[in-house]
Amino acid sequence: MKNVRQSLCAAILASAFAGSVYAQQSDGGTIERALETYRSMMKSDPWSNPGMLDVDRGETLWKTAAGPNNVSLEGCDLGLGPGKVDGAFAELPRYFADVDRVMDVEARLLWCMVKLQGFDRLKLLTRPHPSAGMPVRDLGAIATYVAYRSNGRSFAATFSHPKEKEMLALGEALFFRRSGPMDFACSTCHGDSGKRIRLQPLPFFSKPEEARRIVGEWPAYRVSTTHVMTMQHRIYDCFWQMRLPEVELGSEVSVALISYLVKQAEGGEINVPGMKR
Amino acid sequence: MMGKRRIRFVLLACIALVGSSWAQEIDAIDEARIDAATRAAFPRASADWLSRFKADQTLEACSRYRDAPPAETTRTIAAQESATIQYPPDGKLIGDWKRGEQIAQSGYGLRFTDYPSTRENGGNCYACHQLTKEEVSYGTIGPSLVDYGKIRRFSEPDTKAAYEKIYNSHATFPCSPMPRFGTNGVLTMEQIKDIVALMMSPESPVNRP
Amino acid sequence: MSAKARIRLPESARIGEVIEIKTLIAHPMETGTRRSNDGSLVPRLLLHTFEAKFAGREVFRATLHAGTAVNPFISFFMKVPGPGEFEFTWIEDGGNTTSERYSLTVV
Repeated sequence: MKNVRQSLCAAILASAFAGSVYAQQSDGGTIERALETYRSMMKSDPWSNPGMLDVDRGETLWKTAAGPNNVSLEGCDLGLGPGKVDGAFAELPRYFADVDRVMDVEARLLWCMVKLQGFDRLKLLTRPHPSAGMPVRDLGAIATYVAYRSNGRSFAATFSHPKEKEMLALGEALFFRRSGPMDFACSTCHGDSGKRIRLQPLPFFSKPEEARRIVGEWPAYRVSTTHVMTMQHRIYDCFWQMRLPEVELGSEVSVALISYLVKQAEGGEINVPGMKR
Repeated sequence: MMGKRRIRFVLLACIALVGSSWAQEIDAIDEARIDAATRAAFPRASADWLSRFKADQTLEACSRYRDAPPAETTRTIAAQESATIQYPPDGKLIGDWKRGEQIAQSGYGLRFTDYPSTRENGGNCYACHQLTKEEVSYGTIGPSLVDYGKIRRFSEPDTKAAYEKIYNSHATFPCSPMPRFGTNGVLTMEQIKDIVALMMSPESPVNRP
Repeated sequence: MSAKARIRLPESARIGEVIEIKTLIAHPMETGTRRSNDGSLVPRLLLHTFEAKFAGREVFRATLHAGTAVNPFISFFMKVPGPGEFEFTWIEDGGNTTSERYSLTVV
């Protein structure tokens, strides 16, 4: 049975381009409409999202004893108390007193896997993200499961603690900071509405309406790489494109940027795993 | 029971309060703090790689003013960046458009997976621009460049302007989002000439009917 | 092949009702035409057959080829003949199979 998704996508794009392709200024939105049709088709049946397989895997990993200490992650405190998963993702990033710093879901899971289960921190930080064709690694699968357990809720991180406020300030400063051989800041690509790189539309993150629509779709299953991509991985990939070095999973820089995005997305609905090209 | 007007006033007051407190929440973050966070976030990066985070005066100003600097700063940037432009010694600014198209299509180079380098850097022009009429996979961060040379009647001054634009866009548009391909050493002079050829040759697919 | 599958059935169904069954399984569906970084061909490894039986009788079968994407999603319809149990089987190149059984609540 041929993959219907792929052939339908090709048909949509082909018909969109059959008309006048090039114009002096823009194509009058033809490409944008075709891309939007493709995306809504991909999302039309959330159940068929292969990212759900990683949600399942994440759930098993959360509940199964593992690591040198042979314990499960059910004692992990994601901010609402040990083992409480429902709604935890919706309130992240947040300050954790036990480590005296702000953490997003992946930074917190990293800490729990090291502290509770006894895993080697350096091993978890080495090649933490999958290459194309490889499934998301365990930490990412667990993060996907944890995020899934906040589906339907709105982003509600309060950013009330002084260190949380500091992360927001740092995140905003970094978002607009230009550097690297290409002189890029995040805002270079994500600084306006209706823009795209090649055929990939770009959300304007400083505009809350757009942030609210998009941030809640991450982690997302990426059709082009056939794996779930988490938010830490997405940011790591951005730094790669910007010709900057490898950002460490759970670092302040990553948590600061995620804080900025989540703040912009405040009130937006969480609906993971998303489905991306 | 509050009247409609009162409710609206209270709502607006609340929004104003929340809005202003949000603005206050994002306090200034100093360069030293950013520096410290950067060094900690890239523990395995070499000094070479870390130096990519060091913004020069121009970028520092652009970041500070969110790419909308005041007039005085604009003039300073334009002058500074203009001075960095180097021209081919023989004065020829037009290269080979076929190679130009390849350079425009390629996003290779300078990413941490591009070492050791196996080919020349690309300009990745299609990431942001429409160029030839045939290529449908183009970006819209920058304006469409279709008929670029044709519109400018393939004139010499515009050829020079195109060369300068690619070499260092800030010379004419301070705090432009476009990378300073020449000044930053992303593309060589020969490569820039090839892209100029793509823009300004009548036979180039950017211009031909 | 340690792939775990996801199956979606309606909570209950009446005899004679047409229901949709959805299945999703993790599998690389390696076509055998891709090359790894060193240039060598990555060997073909596909799920070539999907079978669905209900109450012991085959109700759906699909032959999959290299054109089917990673993590195959297969859905089909069935007219409920009576009470029974589904048995879904995926067969991989080389003979490995994965089978899952699911009861259908028939009212």
